[in-house]
Amino acid sequence: MSFFKKLKDKFAGNAEQEQSTEKYKEGLEKTRTGFTSRINDLVAKYRKVDEDFFEELEEVLLQADVGFETVLELMDELRYEVQRKNVRDTSNVQSVISEKLVEIYQAGEPELNEIKFADGLTVILMVGVNGVGKTTTIGKLAHRLKNEGKSVMLAAGDTFRAGAIEQLDVWGQRVGVDVIKQAAGSDPAAVMYDAVRSAKSRGVDVLICDTAGRLQNKVNLMNELEKVHRVLGREIPGAPHEVLLALDATTGQNAMIQAQTFKEVTEVTGIVLTKLDGTAKGGIVLAIRNKLKIPVKFVGLGEKMDDLQPFDPQKYVYGLFAEGLDKEDKLEEDSADK
Amino acid sequence: MAFEGLSERLQGTMTKIKGKGKVSEADVKEMMREVRFALIEADVNLKVVKEFVKKVSERAAGSDVMESLTPGQQVVKIVKDELTELMGGEQSKIEFSTKQPTVIMMVGLQGAGKTTTTGKLAGLLRKKHNRKPLLVAADVYRPAAVQQLETVGKQLTIPVFSKGTDISPVEIARQAIEHAKAEHLDTVIIDTAGRLHIDDALMQELKDIRALKEPDEIFLVVDAMTGQDAVNVAQSFDEAIGITGVVLTKLDGDTRGGAALSIRTVTQKPIKFIGMGEKLDALDVFHPERMASRILGMGDMLSLIEKAQTSVDEEKAKQLEEKFRTSSFTFDDFLEQLAQVKQMGPLDEILKMLPGANKIKGLENAKVDESQMGRVEAIIYSMTTQEKTTPEIINANRKKRIARGSGTSIQDVNRLLKQFEDMKKMMKQMSGMNSKKGKKKMSMPGLDSLFK
Ligand SMILES: Nc1nc2c(ncn2[C@@H]2O[C@H](COP(=O)(O)OP(=O)(O)OP(=O)(O)O)[C@@H](O)[C@H]2O)c(=O)[nH]1
Ligand SMILES: Nc1nc2c(ncn2[C@@H]2O[C@H](COP(=O)(O)OP(=O)(O)OP(=O)(O)O)[C@@H](O)[C@H]2O)c(=O)[nH]1
Ligand SMILES: [Mg+2]
Ligand SMILES: [Mg+2]
Repeated sequence: MSFFKKLKDKFAGNAEQEQSTEKYKEGLEKTRTGFTSRINDLVAKYRKVDEDFFEELEEVLLQADVGFETVLELMDELRYEVQRKNVRDTSNVQSVISEKLVEIYQAGEPELNEIKFADGLTVILMVGVNGVGKTTTIGKLAHRLKNEGKSVMLAAGDTFRAGAIEQLDVWGQRVGVDVIKQAAGSDPAAVMYDAVRSAKSRGVDVLICDTAGRLQNKVNLMNELEKVHRVLGREIPGAPHEVLLALDATTGQNAMIQAQTFKEVTEVTGIVLTKLDGTAKGGIVLAIRNKLKIPVKFVGLGEKMDDLQPFDPQKYVYGLFAEGLDKEDKLEEDSADK
Repeated sequence: MAFEGLSERLQGTMTKIKGKGKVSEADVKEMMREVRFALIEADVNLKVVKEFVKKVSERAAGSDVMESLTPGQQVVKIVKDELTELMGGEQSKIEFSTKQPTVIMMVGLQGAGKTTTTGKLAGLLRKKHNRKPLLVAADVYRPAAVQQLETVGKQLTIPVFSKGTDISPVEIARQAIEHAKAEHLDTVIIDTAGRLHIDDALMQELKDIRALKEPDEIFLVVDAMTGQDAVNVAQSFDEAIGITGVVLTKLDGDTRGGAALSIRTVTQKPIKFIGMGEKLDALDVFHPERMASRILGMGDMLSLIEKAQTSVDEEKAKQLEEKFRTSSFTFDDFLEQLAQVKQMGPLDEILKMLPGANKIKGLENAKVDESQMGRVEAIIYSMTTQEKTTPEIINANRKKRIARGSGTSIQDVNRLLKQFEDMKKMMKQMSGMNSKKGKKKMSMPGLDSLFK
């Protein structure tokens, strides 16, 4: 029986931890305590920490798009730790492994998954490549902030893509917030300028700015984004207070280059990992946090208004394994059927 | 943080092997590890990689890799051949129905590029196949999806069939097919809403649309940046509704695009088109060999050559060379050259297409600032004819005037003058070794520095 099968069995018998079979969504709502002890339990089930074990672990992570480099690093550390501590007793092995597993998801500051509000108007700029979910996330975020009692305004900064302004407009109506817009084709920086003025004069708490999707290797478009960023800062010192990069969980290793380039151009403060309601895991965010120190702040779990949740690293990493676990389980059943 | 291509990866192994004289089985194994590594980094699905590496290993073991003096190159060749073969032939043929109208369905995950590709495809069918397309707005879920398609239709002056968002997509599609028949529009392209492959209710909707009139094509639209999950997505869509082909979008980005291999392997369906931009004419046919090179990080030489061929005038290139040799290259020639380079497309993309470009230090992240190009042009435009042909006469006063005239600074002018001189020198040297192919590459760092 595989390690993950055992892991699954362990969970199956425990009501409090039955979310191993649930979606990450439900997992998010559960408490964050007990993850470490859970891993401890899991590893306890596994008697031998041999090459098979490492290989299995490695494959689960690779298939979650964590990326080779990060996975290998992690595996090396695990092997090293196991060797260094010269652990033969399984009870010691488990603690070593759980420590390391916990380390890969450690986000550092616990308050990182929240929006940093300024004293007066808080400006949030949403950036990212094409079709990742920027506009939808703005709708969801506006809804969330409004529920928290903030007054929110949106800026239709995507003047390029067909139907982009109308799309944000529909979100504005849904959520019940104003949308500042100009005609299609106008200068996005001018829209931002307008929006900041309106937001200030109407005294709203938060202005969320949409931008057109752009691939990070398009220099002209990245320059345009830099200009938008600059205009915001000129109108309000310290703005934008948050620059959120939307990353599609389905995206593979290219997400690292996206994060790197957008960070260079707009000083990204956080990531929104969208479309996590699918089967992709977006594991590259581990590498991104590791290398670029950009935290994930929110996750997108659907297309509806309330499908945005704060990121919980423990639950997320747990999801990476839980999914692998389900898969392994299925594979074993499949091969048993044959 | 650009990823190393397979060739670079294998170089490490090669250095170790060199001097040993013979390649051992262990060496081949190590090379295979590098192949595995490179493919996973390129987002090819792990299971697909395993299968692929097994096949390549067998071929490598059976062939003369081990006797070869250049085992690394042999391995690269085998890998590339296998990959190209797996990618299938060039198949951009579209199936048209004998019974009007031809129905094409666009399906895929959210945000993959269906709506944009619907427009692009319609434009292409009209232009190349003389078809009369009707676009169908069958996405009633995404906010403003209907307006998006309507705008696309307007941009192309191609009719769009829409019925708002209160009727079911199946009914909209049904009416659209009737409408097309009545209006003698021969090709119906249905833009469906993005959906998750695990969403049973919405997958059923696709089956229902499909049941209206057996589509001649069902295109799965996939984002080229997709990672490991591409296999699940492609397999699920194919199993549920039976796709006939794939469109890979956003290949104008810098992703390796390993998803292409994953999708081919699990579905065996041809990749017919690739999306190369947001504009509605940015749809190209799929070239298996180029895709293989791209996944392996070997530079897209063919595309580059093609681009150069279509945009650089041979005759002019010859004249230019002559000018370099005789040192009669002027700022006017320079302007002309700039214009030609610009025609080839965004410079940084061109630079990236050069094989080995990622080895030139700093170039992997080369961002060519094209507004800088505009500044260069402005400076040259502000020169007198005499100044353009004999820049030596440009003294402090003249510099001041040129800077003022072009809205730049004296430093900018100085910089351009210096670069122009350097370039002339370099070009002169290079035109001497023109016969030695490959040396031409050297011009790129020089050109590049002009626009930084
Ligand atoms: N399943 C799912 N779909 C999502 C999520 N977030 C966004 N989407 C969908 O993804 C598609 C693209 O979303 P948009 O918000 O338009 O993406 P964008 O980044 O603004 O796109 P551009 O402006 O064109 O670059 C839409 O169909 C959204 O409904 C999510 O968390 N889960
Ligand atoms: N750079 C680039 N962008 C593309 C390409 N194809 C589509 N896009 C962009 O990707 C984004 C999403 O495209 P859409 O056509 O709206 O995608 P969709 O699949 O219809 O999205 P949903 O209907 O929400 O599922 C838009 O910003 C498009 O402009 C391409 O080949 N290159
Ligand atoms: Mg948008
Ligand atoms: Mg669409």
